[in-house]
Amino acid sequence: MKGPVSSDIDYDRRDFFKKIGLIGGGIIIYCTIGDTGSSIAQPGFGSTPDFNAFLRIGTDERVTCFIGKVDMGQGTITSFPQLVAEELDVAYDSVDMVMGDTDTCPWDIGTGGSMSIRIVGVQVRSAAAEAKGVLKLLAAEYLKSPVERLKTKDGVVFDTKKSDAKVTYGTLAKGNIIEKHLETKPSVTSPDGFEFIGKPYFHQDAYKKVTGIAQYAGDIRLTDMLYAAILRPPVHGALLKSAALSEAKKIEGVQVIEDDNFIAILHEAPDIARKALSMVKTEYDLPSLKLNDKNIYEHLLQTPVQAQVKEKKGEIEEGMKLAKELFEETYTSAYVAHAPIETHTSLATIENGKVTIWASTQSPFAVQRTVAEGMKLPADKVRVITPFVGGAFGGKLTMVTDSNLEALEAARLSHLTGRPVQVSFSREEEFFYDTFRPAAIVKIKSGIDGSGKIVFWNSNVYMAGDGGAEVIYNIPHQMVNIYGTWMMPPPGAHPFRIGPWRAPGVPNNIHAKEMQISLMAAKAGIDPLEFRLKNLKDEKMIGVLKAAAKKFGYKPVKPLSGRGIGISCGIDVDTYVAHIGEIELDKKTGEIRVKRVVCVYDMGLCINPQGTKIQMEGACIMSMGYALSEGIRFSDGAILDKNFDTYRIPGFSWVPKIDTVILKKDNDPPHGAGEPAVIGMGAVIASGVFDATGAKLLEMPMTPERVKAALGKV
Amino acid sequence: MKEKISFTINDKPVTLEVEGDRKLLWVLRTELGLTGTKYGCGEGVCGACTVLIDGDAMQSCQVRIRDVAGSKVTTIEGLEKGGKLHPIQKAFVDHDALQCGFCTPGMIMKAHSILTENPNAKKEEIVNAMDGNLCRCGAHPRIIDAIVDAAKILKKG
Repeated sequence: MKGPVSSDIDYDRRDFFKKIGLIGGGIIIYCTIGDTGSSIAQPGFGSTPDFNAFLRIGTDERVTCFIGKVDMGQGTITSFPQLVAEELDVAYDSVDMVMGDTDTCPWDIGTGGSMSIRIVGVQVRSAAAEAKGVLKLLAAEYLKSPVERLKTKDGVVFDTKKSDAKVTYGTLAKGNIIEKHLETKPSVTSPDGFEFIGKPYFHQDAYKKVTGIAQYAGDIRLTDMLYAAILRPPVHGALLKSAALSEAKKIEGVQVIEDDNFIAILHEAPDIARKALSMVKTEYDLPSLKLNDKNIYEHLLQTPVQAQVKEKKGEIEEGMKLAKELFEETYTSAYVAHAPIETHTSLATIENGKVTIWASTQSPFAVQRTVAEGMKLPADKVRVITPFVGGAFGGKLTMVTDSNLEALEAARLSHLTGRPVQVSFSREEEFFYDTFRPAAIVKIKSGIDGSGKIVFWNSNVYMAGDGGAEVIYNIPHQMVNIYGTWMMPPPGAHPFRIGPWRAPGVPNNIHAKEMQISLMAAKAGIDPLEFRLKNLKDEKMIGVLKAAAKKFGYKPVKPLSGRGIGISCGIDVDTYVAHIGEIELDKKTGEIRVKRVVCVYDMGLCINPQGTKIQMEGACIMSMGYALSEGIRFSDGAILDKNFDTYRIPGFSWVPKIDTVILKKDNDPPHGAGEPAVIGMGAVIASGVFDATGAKLLEMPMTPERVKAALGKV
Repeated sequence: MKEKISFTINDKPVTLEVEGDRKLLWVLRTELGLTGTKYGCGEGVCGACTVLIDGDAMQSCQVRIRDVAGSKVTTIEGLEKGGKLHPIQKAFVDHDALQCGFCTPGMIMKAHSILTENPNAKKEEIVNAMDGNLCRCGAHPRIIDAIVDAAKILKKG
């Protein structure tokens, strides 16, 4: 196990050790991906070994944790050191995170699906625990003490029986390079011993963010760099016929690159590049798609797609016979943009045949692959570094569709000009190229018996996918069919690119499901909370609903109470989440105001309750957008929303009083924190309006026009 | 046509030779290398580019560089003095009033302007005044708490 840096370590390894600062000694612990399944790893791709996490214990007493995940504001740069400090017995402040660098970090599938803590975090804990074991063995030799007498604290191993026998981790690391591969999981600290986990930690990187020091991809300035403005089609599907560049070329300092139909204007000033681009006169062949935000739903319903059965229990026909009341509704939701405040941005430079890219991305390894393939280079000739990311929410995540087009563009232009090149989307490009949350339709038929028990549930979900479509209630006869998903959109369905949006498909499904529940409760004459509890067997779901009711101060009344209270519950990334909210409505204008909302998580072990609370608040606010105002307007390939003036996202004046509760479940494994709170506001607002007025808001976004129309039907 | 334009940036005098029509945002980020001020929309509807011009919050993506001649321009980089955070910056840290941080400089600059103009601003007034600054991550409640807190601290002197 012990040994100096030997010359028979192969070049790649040596190069790797140099990159992660191990030459001169250090201890590195790798985590295998055995627990999570080999589908996550891509063996042999890139120069890093295919593990999910590793730790470096340096001779400088600092511990570095390398992970392929990135922090896009969700706070993992703050919570991961808690895991390391806990298991390794070091001070929180002695842990550094290196995230999303393809040269030094293990391969990663992309940051999304609330996987960082619940998959990689679990492995980092194991790695840290293993590292502690290694250190004790090294210390036993160093101190000539039996290992059973050794304990660790604050980066020091000490002999409990000999007060002067102690050694720092850094000293033990000197002169050694030890690689330790984990096969079996070491035991980790149990909850009653937690010093770091479960305690609130504020954003580690706040100082950099409040001072402007934090560098996002667009802030990195390299000598001799150029900024590119790329010619884009006016509408999706348009084909370039001609481009007149003479006026643009007249601007001093402008460089024009023409590579087939890829035309880029470059300049040392980004605004001058844009100005020159606006002087290019073009002719395009326009497509004849004839799809718009009004006729899209009919189109989606008619798109041929094989149904996938998500749930089947009993016989719907039997259930219908048992029903005293029948319900049949159609729910729709529009295409929704990610709209991060930082647009897609990549900076590329090429030196000695190696491309380095700083990309605002959730999936640096996918960008690495896309650029390597696009430039016809081996993977180890492309390095992607992820700087600070100004929000992403699934829009900068390449899983199926390339969500960082600008990275390859920057690399190509850097190659063609011989200089570093930055490509940064304008806000208009950001809307145009977004991989939208797909528009969806959910049709639900259901029935209740005389006592208010739900006897059958038959739903067909079009395009949203199966997230959130499962039946959580105790219903004897169920059928849920999924027609098309966001991951595998049916050919010909969507007139532009679609992709994962925070909790993909779940908000759409929850709005439909929970509104249907509220409609049934009203018909049954049973309080909507009571109706839900009556039809649930799932203890965790009952738990989050009851906790929400308690925090809210909920008092059961007959439905259509006029109070404007809405309820939602569901599961996302294994976390159970309930929302209860209160809305008020201006019947004349159709404007809805959310006064307050309570959100409860049963997420298992919560690593950083402060960070989680903030994610819950943020998700509640963000989700008011898709609920009330966000829906992409488009026509014949044109994206009609080009900026925040028409595409309205939640603002300060929208924000309700938000209370969050995280149930203490330290003995359960950690589940998702970043997404679940985003699933419920559509249902809360719709059921709140229903409770207040009897108006049924079945279409999202619930714009004032739609609200007034629904009021008119009461 | 390039012009010589002189102004003060974060208390330092500067003279630049640039096209007068160019927007302040890009001159700040490129010629002056001050990248704390961000591009979010280019239309003055998101607030990410907010700076102070003679103490007033302005969207730098809408201001021509020629129009700041003779003025005092302050960016986020100009708030920390002698290694000490401005009370508004400190309040943002203390209230954990950020997530991805991209909107943060604009938020802080706007807050500075609000509190300079109206040191007794009440919470509701702050909410309304901040409405033009967008945050996608949803840090709003903490941002308001931070600004309300900073107002108290600034009043104490």
